[in-house]
Amino acid sequence: MLDTILNNLSHIVPELIVTATLCVVLLAHLISRKSSQLLTILSIAGLFAALYSLTSNFGINISAFSGMLSIDPFATFFKIVIVLSTIVIVLMSRFSDEVNAEQKTIGEYYFLILSMCVAMMFMVGSSNLILMYLTLELSSLTSYIASGFTRKAKDSSEASLKYLLYGAFSSGVMLYGISIIYGLTGTLDIAGVNQVLVQGSANNLALIIASIFILVGFGYKISAVPFHFWTPDVYEGAPLTITAYLSVASKAAGFAMMMRAFKVMFIDSSVMNLPAGTWTLINGIHIQNALMIFSVLTMTLGNLVAIWQKNLKRLLAYSSIAQAGYMLLGLVVLSNDGFSAVMIYFVVYLFMNLGAFYVVLLIANKIGSENIDDYKGLGRRNPFLTVALAVFLVSLTGLPPTAGFIGKWMIFISLINAKMVGIAVIGVLNSVISLYYYIRIIRNMFLRDGVDQTTPVIEYPLAQKILLLSLLVPTLYFGLFFNELVQFAQISVSIFGSK
Amino acid sequence: MELKILNIGVLTWLTFLPVLGMIIVLLIPKEQKSAVRWTSLFFTVAQVVLAFMVFTKFDRSLAGVHDASTMQFSELFNWINVKSTGWFGSIKIDYYLGIDGISMPMVFLTAIISCIAVISSWGIEKSIKGYFALLLLLDTGMMGVFVSLDFFLFYIFWEIMLLPMYFLIGVWGGPRREYAAIKFFLYTLLGSVLLLLAMLALYFSVSVIDPASGEKIHTFNMLAMMNPANYDANSLLAGISTSWRYIAYIAMFIGFAIKVPIFPFHTWLPDAHVEAPTAISVILAGVLLKMGTYGLLRIAFPMFPDAAVHFAYPLAFLGFINIIYGALCAMAQKDFKKLIAYSSVSHMGIVILGIAAMNTQGMLGGMLQMFNHGTITAMLFLIVGVIYDRAHTRGLDDFGGLMNKMPNYSGVMSIAFFAAIGLPGLSGFISEAFSFLGAFQSFRWLTIASAFGIVLTAGYMLWTLQRVFLGTLPEKWNNLTDINSRELAMLIPLTIIVIILGIYPNLMLDVMNTSANSLVDFVKMNSTVSFGN
Repeated sequence: MLDTILNNLSHIVPELIVTATLCVVLLAHLISRKSSQLLTILSIAGLFAALYSLTSNFGINISAFSGMLSIDPFATFFKIVIVLSTIVIVLMSRFSDEVNAEQKTIGEYYFLILSMCVAMMFMVGSSNLILMYLTLELSSLTSYIASGFTRKAKDSSEASLKYLLYGAFSSGVMLYGISIIYGLTGTLDIAGVNQVLVQGSANNLALIIASIFILVGFGYKISAVPFHFWTPDVYEGAPLTITAYLSVASKAAGFAMMMRAFKVMFIDSSVMNLPAGTWTLINGIHIQNALMIFSVLTMTLGNLVAIWQKNLKRLLAYSSIAQAGYMLLGLVVLSNDGFSAVMIYFVVYLFMNLGAFYVVLLIANKIGSENIDDYKGLGRRNPFLTVALAVFLVSLTGLPPTAGFIGKWMIFISLINAKMVGIAVIGVLNSVISLYYYIRIIRNMFLRDGVDQTTPVIEYPLAQKILLLSLLVPTLYFGLFFNELVQFAQISVSIFGSK
Repeated sequence: MELKILNIGVLTWLTFLPVLGMIIVLLIPKEQKSAVRWTSLFFTVAQVVLAFMVFTKFDRSLAGVHDASTMQFSELFNWINVKSTGWFGSIKIDYYLGIDGISMPMVFLTAIISCIAVISSWGIEKSIKGYFALLLLLDTGMMGVFVSLDFFLFYIFWEIMLLPMYFLIGVWGGPRREYAAIKFFLYTLLGSVLLLLAMLALYFSVSVIDPASGEKIHTFNMLAMMNPANYDANSLLAGISTSWRYIAYIAMFIGFAIKVPIFPFHTWLPDAHVEAPTAISVILAGVLLKMGTYGLLRIAFPMFPDAAVHFAYPLAFLGFINIIYGALCAMAQKDFKKLIAYSSVSHMGIVILGIAAMNTQGMLGGMLQMFNHGTITAMLFLIVGVIYDRAHTRGLDDFGGLMNKMPNYSGVMSIAFFAAIGLPGLSGFISEAFSFLGAFQSFRWLTIASAFGIVLTAGYMLWTLQRVFLGTLPEKWNNLTDINSRELAMLIPLTIIVIILGIYPNLMLDVMNTSANSLVDFVKMNSTVSFGN
């Protein structure tokens, strides 16, 4: 037993590295309370080391720790997304006045980010319902604290509390669902659950209730409508860096976990006569329709409500709800290309969404506001920054030649391939709606003049520009050359324990 | 036919020269305004020179349309190549450019209109770098649409134009520019997402043998999408006159119709035109509207011949509405620019009527009308721009008697006006006559009714001429100056084209004839063929 555990440790080296890093960061802060720069450097070094060690996981497709954890290309792919976004977030935090103002507790801040990172890395690989629940809770608990990190700000505490209450409720529901599944099947291993379900002996009604309950937990994590109510308040109240992190990494982890549970638990692998790369759900599980409804609701509501927002953070919160709606479409199609489309979308989303948040952060540093009305006339004061934000927003809308187009395009490819034309039409109409609110920001920046015409040009240090460029270049590059990205996602689609 | 400069195909040069110009413009310091202007002019003039070279070398006997071997100046490189996995075929997208008789006139038109737009933008002072950079980017998008033969590439270029256009109207436009810009953007985006879905449906219905690997792959190659033999049986768009084929055609049609614009999708046009700066109106009317009809000819008709024939009458009917409705609206306008905008709706109706006829005369007439409308309407908008620059008003009733005050201006103006009316001897006559001639064979009564539009056109045009140029000059315009040499420089080339094509239309008809015939035959032949069997 101990031997297997020790042997399996070699597969979670990346996670171990991040864990070691967070310990070191915490200690370093205890020893030298002054240098927050040191903390950034330590975190970045640890994260890059983790990223490097993730590359040795390429191609590995095994189950570790007696089936608790899967080390497969799918998990590795999402771990890369998570670690990459953590790196960006740590760098963003370095440049954030809001975070740096809390000099005293800055060590805890980095500690929290890194522990979220570890939790999410375990989330994407867990293949046992209990481990899923535990990792979900771990990542949620750290997120609650992190979103209340700026303690002086009133709405930050409110955000944290709201987040906690919603989180506690949804994970409670999810746990209840898990217990029903356990009662029905006698196992917690998702592959084992699948084997029992395929035999069709489980009570149908109980199964539907259980699967919906579990979906509630996932839906909360990815902020799908109608489990999204916490999102706008938390996104608005939390520090900008944490908001950005929640909108990308946390969502990615939630999606990965949901996709794994969905595919391993509910897919009937005994059906043979399907075209390659498509699957069918186990008889009696109606989760596809539920997901379809969730996805349509999510994107439509997200987009429609975003139109009315005046605060940019809140707008981006609703926009990220809408984006989750598009991604859910990739699950609805029940095929590998739908899954790989979601994965491609996440890579693209990582760059464009973090990029948008980063620009908002830089602007907030200077003008001290996240209000869309305060963006008037910014185009003249800093062309580079505002053009970059325009590119990110255009990419979020999904217009070529940006990466966002490719993300949406792959989703629609999978829908049309599955001949789900109706839902594809709803999807594209939604992206037309989304243009309206994204373009409002662009309009304020370039088409309107600021109140104060004489305000000087805003300057930024080189380091901040480099980070911006490293988000901007992929956003444009993947829009025109997506060969490798698509190929990588297609290779990575294979999940342990499913065909 | 092949033409290479520095080992790069001429079509690539044509398309990406403006981007090169854009980069240089962005590098020029803000203070050097004239350097920005001259650079932009240089690159657009170079584009015209290239387009002219292509025009002269263009082999008039080759048809193109659906045949890759007779596409001219073609360039084919692999762009995206996602290797296939067990469950998903490979994605192959080519950088495929080429022109035939349908696109050649459009390429020429785009080059000329872009160059004239740069000249007409000489007076722009507000964020001049941004303006010219966006204008050049727009130029690339337009040119790319007309030369690409890969649907994905086409779509990218199609969408690239949206953003520059939004900014050009929204930043440099008139008082209601924001409204006009966002309306334009939302309308066109709505059209293009429908186009996107139709494109994907086509993609999954068509497969060809990949010469490199020998496996069957889906393709975005437009020419492959036109060949019924390439359609997979049981795919979404297989068969003939199926409801899916009709739905895809209609989705595509809406995408193009918004651009043309065809009634009832036209409401963005008057707003955009009125608010846009002169140069942008010129581009909008001169080139952008042609993309809609070009898309019908290049994509919708040959890929959905059954639907095209099935919906020919409704299409012609929409053309008829455009002609009459546009003319009536124009008649009611008090704003000079809005009047021209509605006359544009009316004249594009003639294109629709002509191409809906599905015979050689109609097709040729429609295609020539696309070119002629591009030049004539560009002239009209420039003329409005000239007077607006001086008087800062466009109210038709504010003027009168300009003929005496501005004789040169009035001379150019009358040529443009009479060309728009369709006076014999000027280019508009030929194309309108051909369109009606063709349409008459297919839809007799509709054509007779549409021809009434010519009378209306003459009505509002002459009435305008009377209100603005004849009569007595109001006191306040006593110090108006006549047209200057820069303004003449942009109007004279167009005037020459309008006159030459009026006297010797063969110059352009010659280029289009083979392709128009081939397109008509191809659509007729395939309209009764079941796709994918």
